[in-house]
Amino acid sequence: MAESRVAAPADSGRRRGLTAYVLMAPAVIVLGLFFVIPFYSLVAASLYDPGGSDKAGWDVTYHFANYWEAIKLYKGQLLRSLLYGGAATLICLVLGYVLAYAIAFKSGRWKSLLLVLVIVPFFTSFLVRTLSWQLILADDGWVVDALQFVHILGQDDKLLATDFAVIMGLAYNFLPFMVLPLFASIDKIDPRLIEASSDLYSNPITGFFKVTWPLSLPGVVSGTLLTFIPATGDYINAELLGNTETTVIGKVIQLQATNANHPHIAAALSMILMFLIVAMVLVYVRRVGTEELL
Amino acid sequence: MRWVREHVIALIGGAVLVYLFVPIFLVVLMSFNDPATRNVYRFDGFTLDNWLHPCADPAMCDSLALSIEIGLLATLVATVIGTLAAFALVRWDFAGRSQSNLLIFLPMAAPEIVMGSSLLTLFVQGGFAGQLGFVTIFIAHVMFCLSFVVVTVRSRLAGMNDTLEQAASDLYATPQQTFWRVTFPLVLPGILGAALLSFSLSFDDFIITNLNSGSEVTFPMYVWGVARVGLPMQVNVVGTLMLVISLVIVLTGEVNSRRRARALV
Repeated sequence: MAESRVAAPADSGRRRGLTAYVLMAPAVIVLGLFFVIPFYSLVAASLYDPGGSDKAGWDVTYHFANYWEAIKLYKGQLLRSLLYGGAATLICLVLGYVLAYAIAFKSGRWKSLLLVLVIVPFFTSFLVRTLSWQLILADDGWVVDALQFVHILGQDDKLLATDFAVIMGLAYNFLPFMVLPLFASIDKIDPRLIEASSDLYSNPITGFFKVTWPLSLPGVVSGTLLTFIPATGDYINAELLGNTETTVIGKVIQLQATNANHPHIAAALSMILMFLIVAMVLVYVRRVGTEELL
Repeated sequence: MRWVREHVIALIGGAVLVYLFVPIFLVVLMSFNDPATRNVYRFDGFTLDNWLHPCADPAMCDSLALSIEIGLLATLVATVIGTLAAFALVRWDFAGRSQSNLLIFLPMAAPEIVMGSSLLTLFVQGGFAGQLGFVTIFIAHVMFCLSFVVVTVRSRLAGMNDTLEQAASDLYATPQQTFWRVTFPLVLPGILGAALLSFSLSFDDFIITNLNSGSEVTFPMYVWGVARVGLPMQVNVVGTLMLVISLVIVLTGEVNSRRRARALV
C-alpha cells in the first residue's frame, strides 16, 4: 500500500514517446550483441559434437553427453569452487556485518569518510593486492612465525598454498561487495526500534535477532549474492594463493576455452556453473524470503 | 573492561578496517623495496629507485599504457551509452522498460568467467579467432562496464526530485535550457562517479580480458605473467599510484559535496 502511494507520482511523472527508444537503443544493442547473443553461442557450443575442431568446424548435435563428460571430469573442481565461494561469503557476512553495523551506528560524523575507506583499498589492482597476501602468508613471513611461536601452527605447518589462504584471499577481495549493500540496509534502520526492544526487556542479543537482523535482510541477500557469485567464478585467488590441489572451475573453463579442441567442454562447464549458481541463489532467496522477509 | 564491552562492535569494526588495509600498506611499503634477489618477495632495504625508474621493465609500461587507453575509451563509450539508458529508464515510460531493467541487471549477476568464455565463443564462431586483440578487449570492457554505469546514474536520477526542473520551466526556460542548466549539472556527480567506477573496473579486469585479448597484454595480465617468475617492485609503484589518485578523486568529490550541502543550507 505504502509503496504504491509513494511510487504513483513518480510513475505519472514519466513521459511517453519515441525518444525513450532512441535513448535506450545503444545500450540494448551493445548488451544484445555482446551479452545475450554470446550466451546463445555458449549454449550452442555446449551442445557441439565433440568430434569437431576449430579447423574442421563444429555441429550443434544436441550432444548432451558433453554435460555428463564435463561433470565426470571436473566435479571435484566444481564442488571446490562452490565450497570456496560459500566459505568466503560466510566470512564476508560476519566481518562485513560488524563493519557495516559499526559504520552505520557507531561512527557519528565520520560515516562517509569510513565508507570511502572501505572502498579505497580496492582501487589498487586486484592482482597486486592478492600478491600482497602471498607476502603476508609466506612460509618465512612474520605471520607464520608468530603463529608457530604461540603453537597455533606446528613447525611444519604453513598458510600459503592452502585452502585457508584461498578462502581468506577470496573473503578479502570481495568484502566491499558485502559491506556496501549491508551498510545501505543497516543505515536505514531506525535506532529507536532497537531502543524500543531494549525498553521492552529484550537483551541485546535477542534484540539483534528480532529487530536488527530481520530489518537488514535485504542487504544480507544482495550482499551474499554480490559476494558469492564472483567468488565462485574467480580463479585468481586459487591460483596465486593455493597449490596444485586447489584448482577451481574458473581455471578449468579458462584452460578448456582457449584449448582449440575443447570449446564444448568449456561451454558445458560454464552452463553448469551458471545453473548451479542460479539454483543455489533461488533456493537461498526463497528460504530467506519466505521465512524472514514476511 | 566496561569500556571494552561498550565499544566491542566499534573495536571489531576497526579491526576489520585494519584487515582491509594490511595488504595495501604492504603494496606501498614494497614500492620502496630494494630487493636482494628477484625471486624472493620480501622487504630487503629502502630505495627510491622504483619510483625514479618506473619503466625499468618496458613491458610493464607498455601494458600500463594499453590498460589506460582501453580504460579511457571503454569508460567514455560505456558512460555515454549508459547515461542515455539511465535517463530512459528513470524519466520515460516505454514498452519493454522492465525487460530493459532486467537486461541491465543480468551482466552484473553473471560470473565473469561465464561472460568471458561466452564472448570468446561468439568471437570464435564469428570467425574472429585470429583477430582477438585491442578491439575485442574494448568490446568486452564496454559490455561489462555498461550495467554499472546505468545503475549508478539511475540511482542518482531516481533520488533527485524534480522541483528545481519545474521551477526552471515555470520561469520560462525552454526544455533544452532546463536540461543543460538544471538537470545535467545535478546528475553530473552521478555520471562522474559512474565513469570512475567504470574506469577502475576496466583497468582491473583480468578474467574476461584474459580470454579475449589474443596477444595483447593489459596491466593485470602483465602482473599475472610475472607473478610466477618474480615481480618487479615497480608493480607496487603502480598499485600505490592508483591508490593515491583514486583517493584524491574520491576525497575531492566528498569535500565538494560537503561544501555544496553547506551552501544549500
